[in-house]
Amino acid sequence: MKKSIPLAITLITGVIIVVTFFIPHQPLGSMQQRLLIWYSIVLGFTLLLGIDSLLRSNITKIVRRQQNWGYAIVLLAGFIFTMVAGIYTFFTTNSLLTLGSSFMFVYTYFIIPLQATMFALLAFFIASSAYRAFRARTLEATLLLVTAAIVMLGRVPVGARIWSQFPVIQDWIMEIPQMAAKRGIFIGIALGTIAMSLRVILGLERNYLS
Amino acid sequence: MDIFKKISNIDRRLIYTALGLVVLIPILFKMVLPTRVSEPVQTAYDYIQNLPEGSVVMFSVDYDASSEPEIQPMLLSMLRHCFTKKHKVIMMGQWALGLPLGELAMAAVAPQFDAKYGTDYVNLGYRPGQRAQMVGLGREFRDFFKVDYRNTPVDDLPLMKGVHNYNNIDLLVGLEAGNSGDEWIQFAGARYGLKIIIGATGVIAPDMFHYMQAKQIQGLIGGLQGAAEYEVLVKKPGTGVAGMVAQSWAHLLLLGFILLGNLGYFVAKRRKN
Repeated sequence: MKKSIPLAITLITGVIIVVTFFIPHQPLGSMQQRLLIWYSIVLGFTLLLGIDSLLRSNITKIVRRQQNWGYAIVLLAGFIFTMVAGIYTFFTTNSLLTLGSSFMFVYTYFIIPLQATMFALLAFFIASSAYRAFRARTLEATLLLVTAAIVMLGRVPVGARIWSQFPVIQDWIMEIPQMAAKRGIFIGIALGTIAMSLRVILGLERNYLS
Repeated sequence: MDIFKKISNIDRRLIYTALGLVVLIPILFKMVLPTRVSEPVQTAYDYIQNLPEGSVVMFSVDYDASSEPEIQPMLLSMLRHCFTKKHKVIMMGQWALGLPLGELAMAAVAPQFDAKYGTDYVNLGYRPGQRAQMVGLGREFRDFFKVDYRNTPVDDLPLMKGVHNYNNIDLLVGLEAGNSGDEWIQFAGARYGLKIIIGATGVIAPDMFHYMQAKQIQGLIGGLQGAAEYEVLVKKPGTGVAGMVAQSWAHLLLLGFILLGNLGYFVAKRRKN
Protein backbone atom coordinates (compact mmCIF):
# COMPACT_ATOMS: atom_id res chain seq x y z
CA MET A 1 0.00 0.00 0.00
CA LYS A 2 2.85 2.33 0.95
CA LYS A 3 4.40 1.91 -2.48
CA SER A 4 1.30 1.00 -4.51
CA ILE A 5 -0.48 4.34 -4.09
CA PRO A 6 2.45 6.55 -5.17
CA LEU A 7 3.09 4.21 -8.10
CA ALA A 8 -0.56 4.41 -9.11
CA ILE A 9 -0.54 8.21 -8.86
CA THR A 10 2.62 8.34 -10.99
CA LEU A 11 1.11 6.04 -13.61
CA ILE A 12 -2.23 7.87 -13.87
CA THR A 13 -0.80 11.42 -13.92
CA GLY A 14 2.05 10.42 -16.24
CA VAL A 15 -0.31 8.87 -18.78
CA ILE A 16 -2.71 11.81 -18.57
CA ILE A 17 0.07 14.36 -19.11
CA VAL A 18 1.47 12.46 -22.10
CA VAL A 19 -1.94 11.92 -23.72
CA THR A 20 -3.13 15.50 -23.15
CA PHE A 21 0.11 16.85 -24.63
CA PHE A 22 -0.92 15.34 -27.96
CA ILE A 23 -4.71 15.78 -27.67
CA PRO A 24 -5.44 19.41 -26.71
CA HIS A 25 -9.20 19.19 -27.20
CA GLN A 26 -11.68 19.34 -24.35
CA PRO A 27 -11.95 17.97 -21.74
CA LEU A 28 -8.32 16.83 -21.91
CA GLY A 29 -7.04 20.35 -22.60
CA SER A 30 -8.55 21.77 -19.40
CA MET A 31 -7.36 18.73 -17.46
CA GLN A 32 -3.81 19.26 -18.67
CA GLN A 33 -3.90 22.95 -17.81
CA ARG A 34 -5.14 22.15 -14.29
CA LEU A 35 -2.37 19.60 -13.76
CA LEU A 36 0.25 22.05 -15.04
CA ILE A 37 -0.94 24.70 -12.58
CA TRP A 38 -0.80 22.18 -9.73
CA TYR A 39 2.72 21.22 -10.76
CA SER A 40 3.80 24.88 -10.66
CA ILE A 41 2.32 25.30 -7.19
CA VAL A 42 4.06 22.17 -5.88
CA LEU A 43 7.33 23.38 -7.43
CA GLY A 44 6.97 26.62 -5.49
CA PHE A 45 6.74 24.64 -2.25
CA THR A 46 9.94 22.78 -3.06
CA LEU A 47 11.65 26.14 -2.54
CA LEU A 48 10.62 25.92 1.10
CA LEU A 49 12.08 22.43 1.27
CA GLY A 50 15.35 23.77 -0.11
CA ILE A 51 15.44 26.57 2.45
CA ASP A 52 14.72 24.11 5.25
CA SER A 53 17.52 21.82 4.11
CA LEU A 54 19.98 24.71 3.80
CA LEU A 55 19.18 26.16 7.20
CA ARG A 56 19.11 22.81 8.94
CA SER A 57 22.53 21.71 7.65
CA ASN A 58 24.19 25.03 8.43
CA ILE A 59 22.68 25.39 11.89
CA THR A 60 23.83 21.84 12.68
CA LYS A 61 27.30 22.79 11.52
CA ILE A 62 27.37 25.79 13.85
CA VAL A 63 25.93 23.97 16.85
CA ARG A 64 28.35 21.07 16.50
CA ARG A 65 31.30 23.33 15.61
CA GLN A 66 32.06 21.23 12.55
CA GLN A 67 34.80 22.12 10.06
CA ASN A 68 34.38 25.59 8.50
CA TRP A 69 31.45 26.42 10.82
CA GLY A 70 32.44 30.09 10.56
CA TYR A 71 31.33 30.12 6.92
CA ALA A 72 27.97 28.71 8.00
CA ILE A 73 27.51 31.80 10.21
CA VAL A 74 28.28 34.02 7.21
CA LEU A 75 25.75 32.10 5.12
CA LEU A 76 23.04 32.39 7.75
CA ALA A 77 23.76 36.08 8.26
CA GLY A 78 23.52 36.68 4.52
CA PHE A 79 20.30 34.67 4.33
CA ILE A 80 18.66 36.59 7.17
CA PHE A 81 19.91 39.94 5.87
CA THR A 82 18.55 39.31 2.36
CA MET A 83 15.26 37.91 3.66
CA VAL A 84 14.68 40.92 5.92
CA ALA A 85 15.52 43.29 3.04
CA GLY A 86 13.14 41.39 0.75
CA ILE A 87 10.25 41.27 3.22
CA TYR A 88 10.67 44.97 4.09
CA THR A 89 10.78 45.91 0.39
CA PHE A 90 7.74 43.78 -0.46
CA PHE A 91 5.56 45.23 2.29
CA THR A 92 6.59 48.84 1.70
CA THR A 93 6.57 48.87 -2.13
CA ASN A 94 4.43 45.84 -3.04
CA SER A 95 7.23 44.44 -5.23
CA LEU A 96 10.75 43.12 -4.81
CA LEU A 97 11.98 44.71 -8.03
CA THR A 98 11.34 48.33 -7.06
CA LEU A 99 14.42 50.30 -8.02
CA GLY A 100 16.11 52.01 -5.07
CA SER A 101 14.57 49.58 -2.56
CA SER A 102 16.62 47.75 0.06
CA PHE A 103 16.26 44.42 -1.74
CA MET A 104 17.52 45.87 -5.01
CA PHE A 105 20.37 47.49 -3.08
CA VAL A 106 21.37 44.07 -1.74
CA TYR A 107 20.97 42.57 -5.21
CA THR A 108 22.90 45.29 -7.07
CA TYR A 109 25.77 45.77 -4.62
CA PHE A 110 26.14 42.31 -3.12
CA ILE A 111 24.69 39.58 -5.32
CA ILE A 112 25.75 40.89 -8.73
CA PRO A 113 29.42 41.59 -7.80
CA LEU A 114 29.76 38.35 -5.82
CA GLN A 115 28.19 36.12 -8.48
CA ALA A 116 30.07 37.81 -11.31
CA THR A 117 33.36 37.51 -9.42
CA MET A 118 32.86 33.83 -8.70
CA PHE A 119 32.21 33.16 -12.36
CA ALA A 120 35.09 35.39 -13.49
CA LEU A 121 37.51 33.37 -11.37
CA LEU A 122 36.83 30.46 -13.69
CA ALA A 123 38.66 32.28 -16.48
CA PHE A 124 41.92 32.11 -14.52
CA PHE A 125 41.49 28.43 -13.69
CA ILE A 126 40.64 27.68 -17.32
CA ALA A 127 43.74 29.55 -18.51
CA SER A 128 46.00 27.60 -16.17
CA SER A 129 44.29 24.26 -16.92
CA ALA A 130 44.36 24.84 -20.68
CA TYR A 131 48.07 25.63 -20.53
CA ARG A 132 48.74 22.38 -18.69
CA ALA A 133 46.23 20.10 -20.39
CA PHE A 134 46.40 21.17 -24.04
CA ARG A 135 49.46 19.12 -24.98
CA ALA A 136 49.59 17.48 -28.42
CA ARG A 137 50.40 14.04 -27.05
CA THR A 138 48.26 12.09 -29.53
CA LEU A 139 46.64 12.69 -32.94
CA GLU A 140 43.24 13.31 -31.29
CA ALA A 141 44.75 15.76 -28.81
CA THR A 142 46.48 17.59 -31.69
CA LEU A 143 43.21 17.82 -33.64
CA LEU A 144 41.46 19.17 -30.56
CA LEU A 145 44.23 21.68 -29.99
CA VAL A 146 44.25 22.95 -33.58
CA THR A 147 40.43 23.18 -33.69
CA ALA A 148 40.32 25.01 -30.36
CA ALA A 149 42.98 27.45 -31.56
CA ILE A 150 41.05 28.19 -34.78
CA VAL A 151 37.77 28.69 -32.90
CA MET A 152 39.42 30.89 -30.27
CA LEU A 153 40.95 33.09 -32.95
CA GLY A 154 37.85 33.09 -35.12
CA ARG A 155 35.58 34.21 -32.27
CA VAL A 156 37.48 37.44 -31.56
CA PRO A 157 38.08 40.51 -33.77
CA VAL A 158 41.88 40.16 -33.59
CA GLY A 159 41.63 36.78 -35.33
CA ALA A 160 40.20 38.43 -38.44
CA ARG A 161 43.10 40.88 -38.34
CA ILE A 162 45.66 38.08 -38.25
CA TRP A 163 44.05 36.16 -41.11
CA SER A 164 40.70 37.00 -42.70
CA GLN A 165 39.77 33.34 -43.07
CA PHE A 166 39.84 32.51 -39.33
CA PRO A 167 36.23 33.67 -38.77
CA VAL A 168 35.09 31.82 -41.91
CA ILE A 169 36.71 28.55 -40.84
CA GLN A 170 35.42 29.05 -37.29
CA ASP A 171 31.87 29.50 -38.62
CA TRP A 172 32.20 26.31 -40.65
CA ILE A 173 33.49 24.34 -37.66
CA MET A 174 30.61 25.54 -35.45
CA GLU A 175 27.88 25.10 -38.10
CA ILE A 176 28.90 21.77 -39.60
CA PRO A 177 31.01 19.23 -37.65
CA GLN A 178 30.30 20.66 -34.18
CA MET A 179 26.61 20.92 -34.91
CA ALA A 180 26.48 17.37 -36.29
CA ALA A 181 28.20 15.93 -33.22
CA LYS A 182 25.98 17.90 -30.84
CA ARG A 183 22.85 16.78 -32.69
CA GLY A 184 23.88 13.15 -32.28
CA ILE A 185 24.49 13.69 -28.57
CA PHE A 186 21.15 15.43 -28.10
CA ILE A 187 19.25 12.69 -29.93
CA GLY A 188 20.90 10.19 -27.62
CA ILE A 189 19.98 12.26 -24.57
CA ALA A 190 16.39 12.60 -25.80
CA LEU A 191 16.04 8.84 -26.36
CA GLY A 192 17.51 8.18 -22.93
CA THR A 193 15.11 10.68 -21.36
CA ILE A 194 12.14 9.02 -23.05
CA ALA A 195 13.27 5.59 -21.87
CA MET A 196 13.79 6.77 -18.30
CA SER A 197 10.48 8.63 -18.24
CA LEU A 198 8.64 5.51 -19.42
CA ARG A 199 10.36 3.49 -16.72
CA VAL A 200 9.27 5.98 -14.04
CA ILE A 201 5.68 6.18 -15.34
CA LEU A 202 5.36 2.40 -15.56
CA GLY A 203 6.81 1.93 -12.09
CA LEU A 204 9.95 0.13 -13.19
CA GLU A 205 12.14 2.89 -11.76
CA ARG A 206 11.33 3.46 -8.10
CA ASN A 207 14.30 5.40 -6.73
CA TYR A 208 12.13 8.44 -6.06
CA LEU A 209 10.05 6.46 -3.53
CA SER A 210 12.83 5.91 -1.01
CA MET B 1 66.75 24.69 -14.74
CA ASP B 2 66.62 24.06 -18.52
CA ILE B 3 64.69 26.84 -20.32
CA PHE B 4 62.40 24.35 -22.06
CA LYS B 5 61.55 22.69 -18.76
CA LYS B 6 60.77 26.12 -17.35
CA ILE B 7 58.39 27.06 -20.16
CA SER B 8 56.54 23.75 -19.88
CA ASN B 9 56.03 24.42 -16.14
CA ILE B 10 55.22 28.11 -15.87
CA ASP B 11 54.07 29.17 -12.41
CA ARG B 12 50.29 29.62 -12.45
CA ARG B 13 50.62 32.94 -10.61
CA LEU B 14 52.43 34.31 -13.67
CA ILE B 15 49.59 33.07 -15.89
CA TYR B 16 46.98 34.65 -13.60
CA THR B 17 48.87 37.98 -13.51
CA ALA B 18 49.35 38.08 -17.26
CA LEU B 19 45.68 37.25 -17.86
CA GLY B 20 44.56 39.90 -15.41
CA LEU B 21 46.69 42.55 -17.13
CA VAL B 22 45.63 41.74 -20.71
CA VAL B 23 41.97 41.93 -19.63
CA LEU B 24 42.35 45.08 -17.52
CA ILE B 25 44.49 47.27 -19.79
CA PRO B 26 42.23 47.33 -22.89
CA ILE B 27 39.21 48.12 -20.70
CA LEU B 28 41.03 50.89 -18.83
CA PHE B 29 42.27 52.48 -22.04
CA LYS B 30 38.90 51.98 -23.82
CA MET B 31 40.46 50.19 -26.79
CA VAL B 32 38.14 49.17 -29.61
CA LEU B 33 38.46 46.71 -32.48
CA PRO B 34 36.12 46.49 -35.50
CA THR B 35 33.57 43.71 -35.03
CA ARG B 36 32.46 41.48 -37.90
CA VAL B 37 28.79 40.47 -37.77
CA SER B 38 28.13 36.74 -38.16
CA GLU B 39 25.19 35.22 -39.98
CA PRO B 40 23.21 33.89 -36.94
CA VAL B 41 23.29 37.33 -35.29
CA GLN B 42 22.42 39.11 -38.55
CA THR B 43 19.49 36.71 -38.97
CA ALA B 44 18.24 37.52 -35.47
CA TYR B 45 18.54 41.24 -36.08
CA ASP B 46 16.77 41.01 -39.46
CA TYR B 47 13.89 39.05 -37.94
CA ILE B 48 13.16 41.72 -35.34
CA GLN B 49 13.74 44.45 -37.93
CA ASN B 50 11.18 42.92 -40.29
CA LEU B 51 8.45 42.40 -37.68
CA PRO B 52 5.51 44.78 -38.25
CA GLU B 53 5.54 47.83 -36.00
CA GLY B 54 3.77 47.17 -32.73
CA SER B 55 4.53 43.44 -32.68
CA VAL B 56 4.57 41.78 -29.27
CA VAL B 57 8.01 40.50 -28.28
CA MET B 58 8.39 38.45 -25.11
CA PHE B 59 11.74 38.36 -23.34
CA SER B 60 12.55 35.45 -21.05
CA VAL B 61 15.37 36.44 -18.69
CA ASP B 62 16.90 33.03 -17.94
CA TYR B 63 20.27 34.03 -16.53
CA ASP B 64 21.67 35.54 -13.39
CA ALA B 65 24.55 37.77 -12.37
CA SER B 66 27.17 35.13 -13.25
CA SER B 67 26.29 35.53 -16.93
CA GLU B 68 25.43 39.23 -16.70
CA PRO B 69 28.60 40.46 -18.47
CA GLU B 70 27.79 38.29 -21.51
CA ILE B 71 24.03 38.49 -21.77
CA GLN B 72 23.08 41.86 -20.28
CA PRO B 73 24.60 43.73 -23.29
CA MET B 74 22.43 41.51 -25.54
CA LEU B 75 19.32 42.39 -23.55
CA LEU B 76 20.08 46.11 -23.62
CA SER B 77 20.71 46.09 -27.38
CA MET B 78 17.62 44.04 -28.17
CA LEU B 79 15.41 46.22 -25.99
CA ARG B 80 16.76 49.28 -27.81
CA HIS B 81 16.02 47.59 -31.12
CA CYS B 82 12.47 46.67 -30.06
CA PHE B 83 11.65 50.13 -28.75
CA THR B 84 13.13 51.75 -31.88
CA LYS B 85 10.74 49.63 -33.95
CA LYS B 86 7.91 50.47 -31.51
CA HIS B 87 7.40 46.82 -30.65
CA LYS B 88 5.61 45.96 -27.40
CA VAL B 89 7.75 44.14 -24.85
CA ILE B 90 6.66 41.58 -22.27
CA MET B 91 9.34 40.49 -19.83
CA MET B 92 9.30 37.38 -17.70
CA GLY B 93 11.81 34.71 -16.71
CA GLN B 94 12.53 31.20 -15.52
CA TRP B 95 15.37 32.26 -13.22
CA ALA B 96 14.25 34.12 -10.12
CA LEU B 97 17.63 35.84 -9.80
CA GLY B 98 17.46 37.06 -13.39
CA LEU B 99 14.37 39.26 -13.15
CA PRO B 100 16.14 42.08 -11.26
CA LEU B 101 18.64 42.24 -14.13
CA GLY B 102 15.77 42.44 -16.57
CA GLU B 103 14.20 45.24 -14.55
CA LEU B 104 17.53 47.11 -14.40
CA ALA B 105 17.85 46.84 -18.19
CA MET B 106 14.29 48.02 -18.70
CA ALA B 107 14.83 50.97 -16.38
CA ALA B 108 17.96 51.94 -18.34
CA VAL B 109 16.46 51.66 -21.84
CA ALA B 110 12.73 52.42 -21.65
CA PRO B 111 13.04 56.11 -20.65
CA GLN B 112 15.30 56.75 -23.66
CA PHE B 113 12.38 55.90 -25.95
CA ASP B 114 9.56 57.36 -23.79
CA ALA B 115 8.20 53.86 -23.40
CA LYS B 116 5.34 53.70 -20.87
CA TYR B 117 4.87 50.84 -18.45
CA GLY B 118 1.67 48.96 -19.08
CA THR B 119 1.27 50.28 -22.61
CA ASP B 120 4.65 49.74 -24.27
CA TYR B 121 6.19 47.21 -21.92
CA VAL B 122 5.27 44.98 -19.03
CA ASN B 123 7.24 42.89 -16.56
CA LEU B 124 5.29 39.83 -15.49
CA GLY B 125 7.93 38.66 -13.02
CA TYR B 126 8.83 35.13 -12.04
CA ARG B 127 6.64 32.12 -11.35
CA PRO B 128 7.85 28.60 -10.61
CA GLY B 129 6.91 25.92 -13.10
CA GLN B 130 9.55 25.95 -15.83
CA ARG B 131 8.30 23.42 -18.42
CA ALA B 132 4.81 23.23 -17.00
CA GLN B 133 4.55 26.99 -17.29
CA MET B 134 5.97 26.97 -20.83
CA VAL B 135 3.26 24.52 -21.92
CA GLY B 136 0.54 26.21 -19.88
CA LEU B 137 1.26 29.68 -21.33
CA GLY B 138 0.30 28.25 -24.69
CA ARG B 139 -3.29 28.08 -23.47
CA GLU B 140 -3.68 31.10 -21.17
CA PHE B 141 -1.20 33.51 -19.62
CA ARG B 142 -3.54 34.37 -16.78
CA ASP B 143 -3.44 30.83 -15.43
CA PHE B 144 0.15 31.55 -14.35
CA PHE B 145 0.38 35.35 -14.30
CA LYS B 146 -2.70 36.89 -12.72
CA VAL B 147 -0.66 39.91 -11.64
CA ASP B 148 2.57 41.49 -12.87
CA TYR B 149 5.67 42.00 -10.72
CA ARG B 150 4.07 45.11 -9.16
CA ASN B 151 1.01 43.06 -8.18
CA THR B 152 -1.08 44.96 -10.72
CA PRO B 153 -3.78 42.71 -12.21
CA VAL B 154 -2.75 41.77 -15.71
CA ASP B 155 -6.18 42.71 -17.04
CA ASP B 156 -5.55 46.29 -15.92
CA LEU B 157 -2.53 46.58 -18.23
CA PRO B 158 -3.45 47.86 -21.72
CA LEU B 159 -0.69 45.84 -23.40
CA MET B 160 -1.95 42.57 -21.91
CA LYS B 161 -5.57 43.08 -22.95
CA GLY B 162 -5.06 41.29 -26.23
CA VAL B 163 -2.45 38.82 -25.00
CA HIS B 164 -3.78 35.47 -23.81
CA ASN B 165 -1.41 32.86 -25.19
CA TYR B 166 1.38 32.30 -27.70
CA ASN B 167 -0.97 33.10 -30.59
CA ASN B 168 -0.73 36.71 -29.42
CA ILE B 169 3.09 36.69 -29.11
CA ASP B 170 5.01 37.43 -32.32
CA LEU B 171 8.44 36.50 -31.00
CA LEU B 172 10.07 35.05 -27.93
CA VAL B 173 13.62 36.11 -27.12
CA GLY B 174 15.16 33.60 -24.74
CA LEU B 175 18.28 34.87 -22.98
CA GLU B 176 19.85 31.70 -21.70
CA ALA B 177 22.59 30.63 -19.34
CA GLY B 178 21.24 27.13 -18.80
CA ASN B 179 18.93 24.62 -20.45
CA SER B 180 15.78 26.76 -20.48
CA GLY B 181 16.47 27.55 -24.13
CA ASP B 182 16.13 23.88 -25.10
CA GLU B 183 12.86 23.74 -23.17
CA TRP B 184 11.46 26.88 -24.79
CA ILE B 185 12.23 25.39 -28.21
CA GLN B 186 10.83 21.96 -27.33
CA PHE B 187 7.68 23.05 -25.51
CA ALA B 188 6.78 26.49 -26.88
CA GLY B 189 8.42 26.30 -30.29
CA ALA B 190 7.67 22.72 -31.32
CA ARG B 191 4.28 22.45 -29.57
CA TYR B 192 2.83 25.88 -30.36
CA GLY B 193 4.93 27.09 -33.29
CA LEU B 194 6.20 30.12 -31.36
CA LYS B 195 8.99 31.96 -33.15
CA ILE B 196 12.12 32.06 -31.00
CA ILE B 197 15.45 33.87 -30.99
CA ILE B 198 18.05 32.62 -28.53
CA GLY B 199 20.72 34.73 -26.88
CA ALA B 200 23.05 32.43 -24.99
CA THR B 201 26.36 32.41 -23.15
CA GLY B 202 29.45 31.28 -25.05
CA VAL B 203 29.21 27.91 -23.28
CA ILE B 204 25.56 27.27 -24.24
CA ALA B 205 25.60 28.77 -27.76
CA PRO B 206 27.23 25.74 -29.48
CA ASP B 207 24.29 23.62 -28.23
CA MET B 208 21.91 25.84 -30.18
CA PHE B 209 23.42 25.56 -33.66
CA HIS B 210 21.43 22.46 -34.59
CA TYR B 211 18.20 24.30 -33.79
CA MET B 212 19.40 27.12 -36.04
CA GLN B 213 20.21 24.71 -38.85
CA ALA B 214 16.79 23.02 -38.52
CA LYS B 215 15.15 26.49 -38.53
CA GLN B 216 13.62 25.87 -35.13
CA ILE B 217 14.97 29.23 -34.03
CA GLN B 218 15.03 32.46 -36.00
CA GLY B 219 18.43 33.65 -34.83
CA LEU B 220 21.23 32.94 -32.39
CA ILE B 221 23.34 35.42 -30.47
CA GLY B 222 26.25 33.65 -28.83
CA GLY B 223 28.44 34.93 -26.03
CA LEU B 224 30.12 38.28 -25.65
CA GLN B 225 31.01 38.20 -29.35
CA GLY B 226 27.33 37.94 -30.26
CA ALA B 227 26.45 40.75 -27.87
CA ALA B 228 29.13 42.95 -29.46
CA GLU B 229 27.81 42.13 -32.94
CA TYR B 230 24.27 43.10 -31.94
CA GLU B 231 25.52 46.34 -30.40
CA VAL B 232 27.19 47.14 -33.74
CA LEU B 233 23.97 46.39 -35.61
CA VAL B 234 21.86 48.70 -33.41
CA LYS B 235 24.66 51.29 -33.64
CA LYS B 236 25.05 51.64 -29.88
CA PRO B 237 28.40 50.11 -28.82
CA GLY B 238 28.53 49.26 -25.14
CA THR B 239 30.18 46.77 -22.81
CA GLY B 240 29.96 44.04 -25.45
CA VAL B 241 32.20 45.86 -27.91
CA ALA B 242 34.42 47.09 -25.06
CA GLY B 243 34.88 43.55 -23.80
CA MET B 244 35.89 42.10 -27.16
CA VAL B 245 39.33 43.71 -27.14
CA ALA B 246 40.00 42.25 -23.71
CA GLN B 247 38.71 38.87 -24.88
CA SER B 248 40.88 39.08 -28.02
CA TRP B 249 44.05 39.66 -26.05
CA ALA B 250 43.08 37.01 -23.50
CA HIS B 251 42.64 34.44 -26.28
CA LEU B 252 45.99 35.38 -27.82
CA LEU B 253 47.67 35.11 -24.42
CA LEU B 254 46.10 31.72 -23.80
CA LEU B 255 47.24 30.45 -27.20
CA GLY B 256 50.70 31.81 -26.54
CA PHE B 257 50.93 29.92 -23.25
CA ILE B 258 49.60 26.74 -24.89
CA LEU B 259 52.21 27.01 -27.66
CA LEU B 260 54.98 27.55 -25.12
CA GLY B 261 53.78 24.58 -23.11
CA ASN B 262 53.77 22.35 -26.19
CA LEU B 263 57.19 23.61 -27.29
CA GLY B 264 58.66 22.75 -23.90
CA TYR B 265 56.89 19.39 -23.89
CA PHE B 266 58.14 18.34 -27.34
CA VAL B 267 61.74 19.43 -26.74
CA ALA B 268 61.78 17.59 -23.41
CA LYS B 269 60.27 14.51 -25.06
CA ARG B 270 62.85 14.61 -27.86
CA ARG B 271 65.71 14.87 -25.40
CA LYS B 272 64.36 12.00 -23.40
CA ASN B 273 64.19 9.82 -26.54
